[in-house]
Amino acid sequence: MFRLEKRPVPSKAWIIATPVLAVIATMIAGGIMFALLGKDPVEAIRIIFWDPLFSEQFASYSRPQLLVKAGPLILIAIGLSFGFRAGIWNIGAEGQYIIGALFGAGVGLAFYPSQSIFIFPLMIIAGAFGGWIWAMIPAILRTRFNTNEILVSLLLVYVAEHIMAAMSLGLMRNPEGHGFPGSRNFQQYETAFNAELIAGSGMHWGVVAAFIAVIFAYITMSRHILGYQITLAGQAPRAAKFSGVSPNRLIVFCLGISGLLAGLAGLFEVAGPAGQITTSFNQGYGFTAIIVAFLGRLNPVGILLAGLLMALTYIGGDLAQLMMGLPAPAIQAFQGMLLFFLLAMDVLSNFRIRLKKQGAA
Amino acid sequence: MISIRNILTGAAVALGLAVTAAAAEPTKVGFVYVGSVGDGGWTFYHDEARKKVEEHFGDKVVTSFVENVPEGSDAERVMTQMALSGVDLIFTTSFGFMDPTLAVAAKFPKVKFEHATGYKTAANVSNYSARFYEGRAIMGHIAGKMTKTNKIGYIASFPIPEVIRGINASFIHARKVNPDVEMKIIWLFTWFDPAKEADATKALVEQGVDIVFAHTDSTAPLATLAELGGYGFGQAADMFQYAPKPRLSSIIDDWAPYYIQRVQDVMDGTWQSKSTWDGIGKGMVAIGAFSEEIPADVRAEAAAMRDAIADGTYLPFTGPLNKQDGTVWLKDGEAADDGALGGLNFYVEGIEGDIPS
Repeated sequence: MFRLEKRPVPSKAWIIATPVLAVIATMIAGGIMFALLGKDPVEAIRIIFWDPLFSEQFASYSRPQLLVKAGPLILIAIGLSFGFRAGIWNIGAEGQYIIGALFGAGVGLAFYPSQSIFIFPLMIIAGAFGGWIWAMIPAILRTRFNTNEILVSLLLVYVAEHIMAAMSLGLMRNPEGHGFPGSRNFQQYETAFNAELIAGSGMHWGVVAAFIAVIFAYITMSRHILGYQITLAGQAPRAAKFSGVSPNRLIVFCLGISGLLAGLAGLFEVAGPAGQITTSFNQGYGFTAIIVAFLGRLNPVGILLAGLLMALTYIGGDLAQLMMGLPAPAIQAFQGMLLFFLLAMDVLSNFRIRLKKQGAA
Repeated sequence: MISIRNILTGAAVALGLAVTAAAAEPTKVGFVYVGSVGDGGWTFYHDEARKKVEEHFGDKVVTSFVENVPEGSDAERVMTQMALSGVDLIFTTSFGFMDPTLAVAAKFPKVKFEHATGYKTAANVSNYSARFYEGRAIMGHIAGKMTKTNKIGYIASFPIPEVIRGINASFIHARKVNPDVEMKIIWLFTWFDPAKEADATKALVEQGVDIVFAHTDSTAPLATLAELGGYGFGQAADMFQYAPKPRLSSIIDDWAPYYIQRVQDVMDGTWQSKSTWDGIGKGMVAIGAFSEEIPADVRAEAAAMRDAIADGTYLPFTGPLNKQDGTVWLKDGEAADDGALGGLNFYVEGIEGDIPS
């Protein structure tokens, strides 16, 4: 039978080949599922992967939308990847995303209807600060009282959701909204609106920030002493301690940077594509970003590609529902398959498959 | 001359072909759903109506839908893709789709949009909603007559005018037939969360409540009442599986007549932007069968009230009614107008507690 033998170092060739193999495996398994549902599998796969990028009817719209959808995912995932490398688990990016959006939107709404050009930069600072301060709660509880940052950050998501509901029903409610929940819409407040930089391109400041974050993370991880310390702390905590890395400083830095970037993502989303604080403003970007971070192997370039791939399955999935009547849960199962195969194929990069001789054991 | 005639004939033939092609081209209708078509409540009933549109028009219509669409930028993308796919008419069936609907409608002036439960319109955007509070009035009457503990409970979703209308309508009509009745309200801040709805029901029953209203969409409150005792009502759907006990009656959303009418309007080229707020009279709100558990005389009263509301002889919000703080809202015989009801943001006299904000 087969035997798995651990490679001394992960195979470089397989690290590149496995994502491709995983996508092919997903297409086959997903195709079988679609066929069982009575839909044409080839057409379904074409609509999900090809049409958003190249169909004449949709591509000119959906290609830019890819950036809109991937932007916040990449921005948050980059932040998370620092901590995940160091073994610091911020599961609550969703909460930091919400609080960032609330801080940023709060500043914008407070100045309504002023036309000052300083409002938008101020909102950006407030958004980043909001995400950062929300992440500081688990950070300080961890460094002072040794609480578990996984639990604290996760539970703070629910706290943030309630604050958001209270805000959209109370303090931030649109006074011209006939008593319905939800803030003013930034789309109608141009000074504070995070508009597309070039019309129809999908590029808004949040996407720009995501690209900058990728470059920043790449340099930090590969060139800066901090990147070395983070990796060391993750792989050999004791060795890191002996070489003078302060675990507490690392915790504060990693949670801080992930909170800050999640807060920025929230601000750019609320001031741009989403437009307003509502009771259902958050759509799980903070959680999906965890998947994106791992899908991208915690590598900045990998995260960039993983974010775009996730966005593609969302947009293609909508199209498949619309054009073929595929049920939404089938699309979600398809996305799940993709993640499963990507992670499962990791075995090939870390292990060698050997044929076991009969009786050798 | 000949050549001109040929051209003319050719043009006429081409025109004829074009006209036949247009006549044979089915009207395309898209639906954007916030929930899953299998939720058994809100989205399920919109999808039932979509199926009835297909049944009614046969191959003259093609429908498509996208379910589980988050409100916000995702909704905008789904609607845009739908418009790009060539649909003629799009129904967006959640309050949170309002601003996205208007944004997309501005980009596709030839596509017609219908937004449910909102308040904004545009040249190619109509809105529509149902007067669910008419049903609440009838349920309130039944509850007032049937409560033994004189405590009725209300599981509320979000403090928006629609929900506050429901609370007021139920309370007014329960109090009218039973001056000792008290109402306990629990706010859940969700439209659909079976676990939270079950917990809320339990909490109400533990406080002595024996009749529970729900303004959330799952069957969890009725399932919990079936266990613990007490009565409830079907919400958005008939929920007949819980009849005759604990389900006493139900408020059912029936969107089909409206959807069929609007599709017909698009086919005839007579579609116009408007605001529609229909109730029992037009069939947009249906009242589920009254359970045998309700005493016969109360059943008859409830049926009479339903018919009076349907033909417009009885308006559920008719004075004398005071606001919670005791000031006069409606004088004797005065009925609330739609403007006041549309933005209703206060409790009537007798309800305790504050509307969360």
